[in-house]
Amino acid sequence: MTTPGSPAAARKQVVLVGNPNVGKTTLFNALTGSSAKVSNYPGITVDRRSGLMTAGDGVIELHDVPGTYSLNARSADEQIAFDAIVGVNGAPVPDVVVVCLDATQLARSAYLLLQCQELGARCVVALTMVDEAAIVPDAAAVAAAFQCEVVPVTARTRLGLAELRAAIERTLATERTAIWRWSPAAHQRANLDAARAAIPDAWRAPQRYAAPLPAADDALALWALTCVEDDDELELPASLRVLVRARTVTAADDDDAVLGRWNFLDREVPRLLAAARALADVDARNRVRERTTQIDRFLLGRKTGFLAFLVVMGVMFLALFMWADPVIDAIDKGFKGLGGLLRDLLGAGLLTDFLVDGVIGGVGSVLVFLPQILLLFLFLGFLEDCGYLARVAYLMDRVMRSMNLHGRAFVPMLSGFACAVPAIMATRTQERRRDRILTMMVVPLMTCSARLPVYTLLIGALIPGSRATQAMLMVAMYLFSTLTALVAAWVMSRSVKPLRAKRLPFFIELPPYRWPRMRDVLRMMWSKSSMFLREAGTVILACSIALWALLNFPRELPAGSKDYAALIAKADGPDKATLEAEHAAKKLEYSYGGRLGHAIEPLIRPLGFDWKIGVGIVGAFAAREVFVSTLGIVYAESDADENSESLREKLRGARTADGKRAYSPLVALSLMVFFALAMQCMSTLAIVRRETGSWRWPAFLFTYMTTLAYLASLAVFQIGTLLGFG
Amino acid sequence: MDHARRPGAHLRVVAVNGERGFRRRLLEMGLVPGVEFKVISIAPLGDPWQIEVRGGRWSLRRAEAEQLVVVDVT
Repeated sequence: MTTPGSPAAARKQVVLVGNPNVGKTTLFNALTGSSAKVSNYPGITVDRRSGLMTAGDGVIELHDVPGTYSLNARSADEQIAFDAIVGVNGAPVPDVVVVCLDATQLARSAYLLLQCQELGARCVVALTMVDEAAIVPDAAAVAAAFQCEVVPVTARTRLGLAELRAAIERTLATERTAIWRWSPAAHQRANLDAARAAIPDAWRAPQRYAAPLPAADDALALWALTCVEDDDELELPASLRVLVRARTVTAADDDDAVLGRWNFLDREVPRLLAAARALADVDARNRVRERTTQIDRFLLGRKTGFLAFLVVMGVMFLALFMWADPVIDAIDKGFKGLGGLLRDLLGAGLLTDFLVDGVIGGVGSVLVFLPQILLLFLFLGFLEDCGYLARVAYLMDRVMRSMNLHGRAFVPMLSGFACAVPAIMATRTQERRRDRILTMMVVPLMTCSARLPVYTLLIGALIPGSRATQAMLMVAMYLFSTLTALVAAWVMSRSVKPLRAKRLPFFIELPPYRWPRMRDVLRMMWSKSSMFLREAGTVILACSIALWALLNFPRELPAGSKDYAALIAKADGPDKATLEAEHAAKKLEYSYGGRLGHAIEPLIRPLGFDWKIGVGIVGAFAAREVFVSTLGIVYAESDADENSESLREKLRGARTADGKRAYSPLVALSLMVFFALAMQCMSTLAIVRRETGSWRWPAFLFTYMTTLAYLASLAVFQIGTLLGFG
Repeated sequence: MDHARRPGAHLRVVAVNGERGFRRRLLEMGLVPGVEFKVISIAPLGDPWQIEVRGGRWSLRRAEAEQLVVVDVT
């Protein structure tokens, strides 16, 4: 970080800004090469990317910030861009700001440049998309109009990169100025002066720039006056917020600034475009733009739009469900094999059990998520970069909006059918924190693939009727979960204060279709996945080990129980296996987890569950499908899976003390409703903590889902019993 | 601006209404009085619309578009 005392000693800091979809990421990758590092901003899920680049003899640190259209921030992304350009809230003061201007939308993308210049940033323009624009203005003329160096670049072919480095180096040596293209109306002055007086010293030009620059402080004051509102998500000094709230700022004041900038742009940009030389291949360029119209006619068409949409989403969904499966199985088998190998090597004992079941099992439970995460982000990266993801939001906005969700919440919710963990990571495509968190709160309600084995076992074992009835029930569970998620979103967006928010205009760009650069897509896919391993993975591993301990300690049965070791040693053949299974069942019952199952029995009795299901629910916290194997151990069925007929028989045959069936179809239904709604997945909680930066949201998620599950199961069982289905 | 609700219409912004933050967002994106835009298409579910303004294509909800006072210049 650059401190005012030692600016010369520190590495020069350069920030790369621009609108979304202007090729900023590609430019960043091209400039920094392999030195790029992705980390995270504390508390939020926006990637902080920085890397080193050379310019002249020196090495410069280049920071990529999220794409934004304006610095008048409302969302976390916009705040990050603002912090990075101004150098506040922990961001270093940038020595140069590189602003990407889209040659195909020059005026709109230059709006951001004007804001940067008002704030006193030393700006260099990288003119992107020059290979697509039908009119390419002369760089020297643009430079004269905007009073800064302008370099046309095509990052894909590395065209203009050397010139850009040189321009950055030259600009480093220039004097700072704050350039305003409009002057505030007289009536604004009083507000501006008052707001400027409330800016803390650390934010003022003399501190940040080591030189007084009153116009830059004015720009900060203006920023505060236009941004502070009841529901903004901004971080700014309390003194400034209090002052702005006390002043009267009206729409006319906004017009003063916004229209002032547009007046300048609407005067200069048409002049620049009119003076541009005609391009030899202008027809070809126009055809490329025409192509987007044609593709949209199909992909957004009244009849074909949803068909195409269903196909794209269907392929993605199947990929997550089916293509990932063999890899997940392979990982599962690999870790089981590794465990078996280690067990043979070390022999039986506590250390072996800890290493094999706790550590290796735990690492395995982290890695099984990788195939789906990699695949989902491969799809998301591809769809985002080619321009279709924005169109998914466009197509689905009508539906999602009615539940107060963002159009971009659709893909995460669909991914939730496969697994909530990658789905929650996919909420990052929404720019507003409130939208992201609301989506995270409902994604775990979707029927994830881990619930399937549980449903399969329960339906297969306990629901009478033909296969068709059973299949219908399975479909009903999917519908139930989807409906619950949508209603939950609607209710929470009205009742939970941080999730309530004014509607933002759904004014999203539908960028031209472009062929994605696979290198950028793969790079993003890898950075997301490694972040998952590093940060969520460690929590999941710790929880797995804790859960292993819970279900495996104490190791010995209480004094006075059967001496299984001796019995097993004497027995052989089928007797031996039966004894071993019985021993495992007894040990599980006596373990802390087993006792927990007993302890919660009074609590879950009204839902129709006994202590054995209670143990299963405790075990399911590792992952829902563990319910099946835990229940298998309780019923002394080693190696049971959801299709195991003998486990099904035992469930059907189970009797209570008074000889009634322990598990009626009604119990199965109650249990399925419980599994549909309860938050029983520590990996989901870990990833929500990781994505929101606090334990507050996972705690809320756990509480509301589990309460909901309890009440719904209670209602199902009690009402069902009253109606005589018990 | 319901009369202009058809693909292919060219419209000119006369004024932008609505709540402050919402309004500022539209203005900052360049939907300022005097600018012209074109309705490209309407989403299959009837909302939102796709418009072209200042060389870019955008999605705009019907209710939001109603905050724009426009004249038809087709």
